[in-house]
Amino acid sequence: MSGARTIYDKIWDDHLVNKSEDGASLLYIDRHLIHEVTSPQAFEGLRVTNRKVRCPEKTLAVVDHNVPTTDRKNGIADEESRIQVEALAKNCKEFGIEYFNELDVRQGIVHVIGPEQGFTLPGTTIMCGDSHTSTHGAFGALAMGIGTSEVEHILATQTLIQKKAKNFRINVGGTPPKGVTAKDIILSIIGEIGTGGGTGSVIEYAGKAISDLTMEGRMTVCNMSIEGGARAGLIGPDEKTFAYMKDKPRSPKGDDFDKAIVYWNSLNTDKEAYFDREIYLDAASLPPVVTWGTSPEDVVSINGEVPDPELMDESKRQTKKNALEYMGLEPGTKIKDINLDIVFIGSCTNGRIEDLRQVAKVVEGHHVNENLNAMIVPGSGLVKEQAISEGLDKIFMAAGFEWREPGCSMCLAMNPDKLLPGQRCASTSNRNFEGRQGFRGRTHLVSPAMAAAAAIAGHFVDVREFTK
Amino acid sequence: MEKFKNFTAVAAPLKEINIDTDKIIPKQYLKTIQRTGLGKGLFSEMRYNDDGTDNKNFVLNQDKYKNSKILVTGDNFGCGSSREHAPWALLDYGIKVVISTSFADIFYGNCFKNGMLPIVLDDKEVSLLMEETERGANATLGIDLENQEITTSDGNIINFKIDNFLKHCLLNGLDDIALTLEKDKDIGNYETEIKNIRPWV
Ligand code: SF4
Repeated sequence: MSGARTIYDKIWDDHLVNKSEDGASLLYIDRHLIHEVTSPQAFEGLRVTNRKVRCPEKTLAVVDHNVPTTDRKNGIADEESRIQVEALAKNCKEFGIEYFNELDVRQGIVHVIGPEQGFTLPGTTIMCGDSHTSTHGAFGALAMGIGTSEVEHILATQTLIQKKAKNFRINVGGTPPKGVTAKDIILSIIGEIGTGGGTGSVIEYAGKAISDLTMEGRMTVCNMSIEGGARAGLIGPDEKTFAYMKDKPRSPKGDDFDKAIVYWNSLNTDKEAYFDREIYLDAASLPPVVTWGTSPEDVVSINGEVPDPELMDESKRQTKKNALEYMGLEPGTKIKDINLDIVFIGSCTNGRIEDLRQVAKVVEGHHVNENLNAMIVPGSGLVKEQAISEGLDKIFMAAGFEWREPGCSMCLAMNPDKLLPGQRCASTSNRNFEGRQGFRGRTHLVSPAMAAAAAIAGHFVDVREFTK
Repeated sequence: MEKFKNFTAVAAPLKEINIDTDKIIPKQYLKTIQRTGLGKGLFSEMRYNDDGTDNKNFVLNQDKYKNSKILVTGDNFGCGSSREHAPWALLDYGIKVVISTSFADIFYGNCFKNGMLPIVLDDKEVSLLMEETERGANATLGIDLENQEITTSDGNIINFKIDNFLKHCLLNGLDDIALTLEKDKDIGNYETEIKNIRPWV
């Protein structure tokens, strides 16, 4: 390969096992994460065809989607959930894969534990049967969500058949105003490009506002690449990345670490590299945002109002009208006038330690509004431990939040944490789809700081005014 | 995997855009450890009333679309979660072809792994087929993968594009994993090479 290349091009080239004429190439997969929901049929497939797992040590398994977030000592009450969790344990044992069960302190949401364990490394290919695998792109890894057939394909061959995607760069310049976070940046991007905007592309996020983010903030941004339709999101690795990697349980040690850094540094996009598409955003002009509809692209400023579908493009009108009906909202309603029943803080988008610190900062000395319930679900057991060691748990509980065990929880409500029909929730997760957080539940996506402020006020407020 | 064969069937219109995989198969059906039996959960939140009876307003519950094997739908179909349960549910219900102006990448790929054919057409062509479907059971569509053609009941032909490799796999019912395992030596060579140049991986 010659000529200027993007980081995506470089990782791609370094993982080609072979390239076939029609453009579908065989890509080597360095790291594979699995969880209980999208893996059982893959193992079943292996059994039926009498195939083995090629490299069991390159796969790491964890339970996250189904686990209850209350005390787990007595097992999982829901029978179907329990069967799924047990199936994962059994499959891992049978095929020799390392597995963090629900009582392991390292257990947590698959996209939180990968980086935490140093399993996620810059310059690697990382796959998981879960669309938010894009999270790991924050480390300069090529990380993609796949289906169960592909999970099986990786287990059997440690490769994937892939077609190269397009290069799409999103430059976010400037410094965001106080109170505007990584979550507001990515929601604003999705509002701009739409949920299909990144289809067929790998997005590289660049610019001052991106490099200024912490690793946690970068993960939040890359996490929601899939909400913009992209195959993956990537951020070039830098000193912050290396500092985060150092001393993680599975990151390279000693001499290897130094060698790795040389390689990781070489991955960054060349100056003259070609992008199929490029857009620019100024972080300084962004407000804290809230979603009003049932698609992550339905984004509006906290100081705005619910838009009128009649004024939208014809191709969108009916869908957006349905969305408003589902959400129980009228055009013209001020976002700040929307009252809430539930506040959910957690998920692979915003369940990391930095997110919890932001929440603690807002809620310290206040109390959750009497008209709502608010819940904080740490992204992993280690995040929980860290929060406790910083005394955040005391702040949360004193403010009236429920402080739970780690897992996906109300992000998708496969466990007992669900919205009831008609309940309205401010959520730090990533999807506001119909029924996502519970049948007929209504979801507004926001940043952790905005969710925290809303929990205290009982309705949406501009966190910038709230913290004054 | 079964070979994809030409067929003619009723097509149902689903006019919304951005139909996500949570809508295609809600999470309460994801607790299964099998691939089959998901058809009952297909579009369940739109398809059933609160008491579990059929919602007569939902397109697939209307008599004229009862035997649909084809879905004609709006932009960005299959966005959201990577769950392969979405194509499994469609297939279990009997839908073998979905036609739209665009699909989310993961869903698109997942269809092929299960012998399903997602077809991308331009705005005009999809609108035309949407109109056709309004005629219900009187407007069947013929799907010919070999020649990449859709034939309307009036005999109009619309051509569609598809990647050659994917087409080949569908037509021959090929199993990706078996194909890749033939390249076992290449994979082994790659692994040896990497051990030397990136030992930390
Ligand atoms: S937290 Fe939500 S989005 Fe993330 S892996 Fe779990 S269910 Fe998926």
